[in-house]
Amino acid sequence: MAELTYRQALHDSLRAEMLADESVFLIGEEIGLFEGSYKITAGLLAEFGPRRVRDTPISEEGFVGAAIGAAMLGLRPVVEIMTINFSLLAIDQIVNHAAKARAMFGGQVSVPLVIRTPGGGGQQLGASHSQNIEVWYAHSPGLKVVTPATPADAKGLLAAAIHDDDPVMFVENLGLYNTKGEVPEGPYKTEIGRAAVIKEGTDITVVAYSRAVLTALEVARRLEEEDGISAEVVDLRSLRPLDRETVCASVRKTTRAVVAEDDWLSYGVGAEVVATVQEGAFDYLDAPVRRVAAAEVPLPYSKPLETAAMPSAADLGRAIRRALDESAYRR
Amino acid sequence: MAKDGQGSGGAATSLDSERAETLLGYYRQMALIRAFELRAGEMYARARIGGYCHLNLGEEAAVVGLVDALLPHDYLFTTYRDHGFALARGVSPNAVMAELFGKATGCSGGWGGSMHLFDAGVRFMGGYGIVGGQIPLATGAGLAIAYRSEPGPEAEAVMCVLGDGATNIGAFHESLNLASVWDLPVVYVVVNNGLGMGTTVQAASAEPELYKRACAYRVEGVRVDGDDPVAVHDAAASALGAARSERRPSIVEAVCLRLRGHSVVDPARYRTSEEVDLARKSDPLPALRSRLAEAGLLDDAGASRIEAEVEAEVDKAVAFAEESPFPDTSELFANAYATEVPNMARGLPGEPVAHEPEEVR
Repeated sequence: MAELTYRQALHDSLRAEMLADESVFLIGEEIGLFEGSYKITAGLLAEFGPRRVRDTPISEEGFVGAAIGAAMLGLRPVVEIMTINFSLLAIDQIVNHAAKARAMFGGQVSVPLVIRTPGGGGQQLGASHSQNIEVWYAHSPGLKVVTPATPADAKGLLAAAIHDDDPVMFVENLGLYNTKGEVPEGPYKTEIGRAAVIKEGTDITVVAYSRAVLTALEVARRLEEEDGISAEVVDLRSLRPLDRETVCASVRKTTRAVVAEDDWLSYGVGAEVVATVQEGAFDYLDAPVRRVAAAEVPLPYSKPLETAAMPSAADLGRAIRRALDESAYRR
Repeated sequence: MAKDGQGSGGAATSLDSERAETLLGYYRQMALIRAFELRAGEMYARARIGGYCHLNLGEEAAVVGLVDALLPHDYLFTTYRDHGFALARGVSPNAVMAELFGKATGCSGGWGGSMHLFDAGVRFMGGYGIVGGQIPLATGAGLAIAYRSEPGPEAEAVMCVLGDGATNIGAFHESLNLASVWDLPVVYVVVNNGLGMGTTVQAASAEPELYKRACAYRVEGVRVDGDDPVAVHDAAASALGAARSERRPSIVEAVCLRLRGHSVVDPARYRTSEEVDLARKSDPLPALRSRLAEAGLLDDAGASRIEAEVEAEVDKAVAFAEESPFPDTSELFANAYATEVPNMARGLPGEPVAHEPEEVR
């Protein structure tokens, strides 16, 4: 085990997969000479050359579509879209083509493609650069969508995504790149489609994904220290497929749940989780399942406004206490 | 739509003896596509075919000339007006008709329908229902070829067919730009039938001579008479040659006219009777028949024989499609993903997504 940043874990995983398989190549804006807007690909152009690390013009629909076409011929492109906001320029290629080619053509072709792209607010980047729109992709059959929260999962899920023969949206988060965690050495894959219980607890389940997992862990630990509240934290890790059973099993045990998510509330990931919980743990629930999500407004620039719109640890703490208070929880 | 040749091609190519065999072959293929498309329209009217159905009627010469320029290892991407391209590429009429009928024996297993024909075996990489959706994909196929092989006279290449309407979308511009800056072996063929649904090229395109768009990407652009299969073939073969040997992309614009509406249900009331007359007069099938007759290569009896043969082939395709089974609904989730992972969503409408355990209180 080594302690690495999320950024370094992604870099190391990319490099390892490129060394292992000649058909893996990187393609995206400013990933080569500039070494990536967020430096995930630093050093890779120097090591692998321009054939394996292809800089593109500002042309998201064009280069994402080209990566899909190359994948249809059996290569394994890993695309970097500078931020998830720009993925909307390529959404026809992602949703109408990558997601559908295999089914639509009767299983005759696969699209072994990974699209890496960071989302997330909190950097004062304004409305057009601060979105969590992974649910747009998670809604589409044919895609797989993963959202690693830890450096260890960043490495393992990226390896799994590159080895997978389907198009995988690999959604990173700007707020996670500098976070650190223990990362196992050597190659390993984290299974796509499985959530993880990353902190066990007995009183309430907090379901989260991506950056919100760190908030959930922080809140769970503090509540335990301060008030002896035992919160279990489930990291979804994969939005499509969604591991409904791990969520439901946790809620059956704790009888209460809150969803922590950075995306907008209505029609968001939390809505799907709550629908799942009411179906899979209806008789076990002692309190309504609530969501702590972003305020439904284009994220503002000004810091006080931005902070007010984004879900915070305090917001989550209040939601957890409310669920406990509503259900005869005795400390 | 003026069909005067600009760029190269244009004037009807002269008929030499060594091409006699080729031309007769073209005629037979064009006659097959004509018969197939007329029958497809009929089957649509009889509700054997659902959804949208766009026919290559009037475009047969362009279709046949283009596909004949390909080598077996080339990749062909095309539009939703794809039946003729599939047939010319060697997909059997049985498999195409069965696909239109939604049958399991269709070339896309009944998953695609008219707009989404596919046959990996002959590198027919799809009809695409989204206008221009195939253009970035074909560019990526060129990228894959450049990634893993060297240029040369026999190297693989890609032909990307698109309609005139698709030249106004961003994906067209982005793809041409990428193909040029990256030196990709892709020939972009604009089949310009003068109408994007009901909108004329003149109304839709600031530069209606579409091959001229090529100069913006510093690639070759040529316009050919799309009613002359030989001219089309020669222009495409030359463009493919540059793609193979020099990895240079290019644009070939084949100008032809749609004989009917945008799709089988479109009566095309937006066309004047003069325009309809012009389309009939420039119908490439009788034109080629006359040309062959004048050259002494095809008499009336020969033409009738070909007509009977292709009709029989289409009869057989319809019978095959009729008799073929529909895909089994148990296969509903079979093709969506290539790699199995845990918790794949495979519920049918109304089925529970999560279950409480049996011992629930």
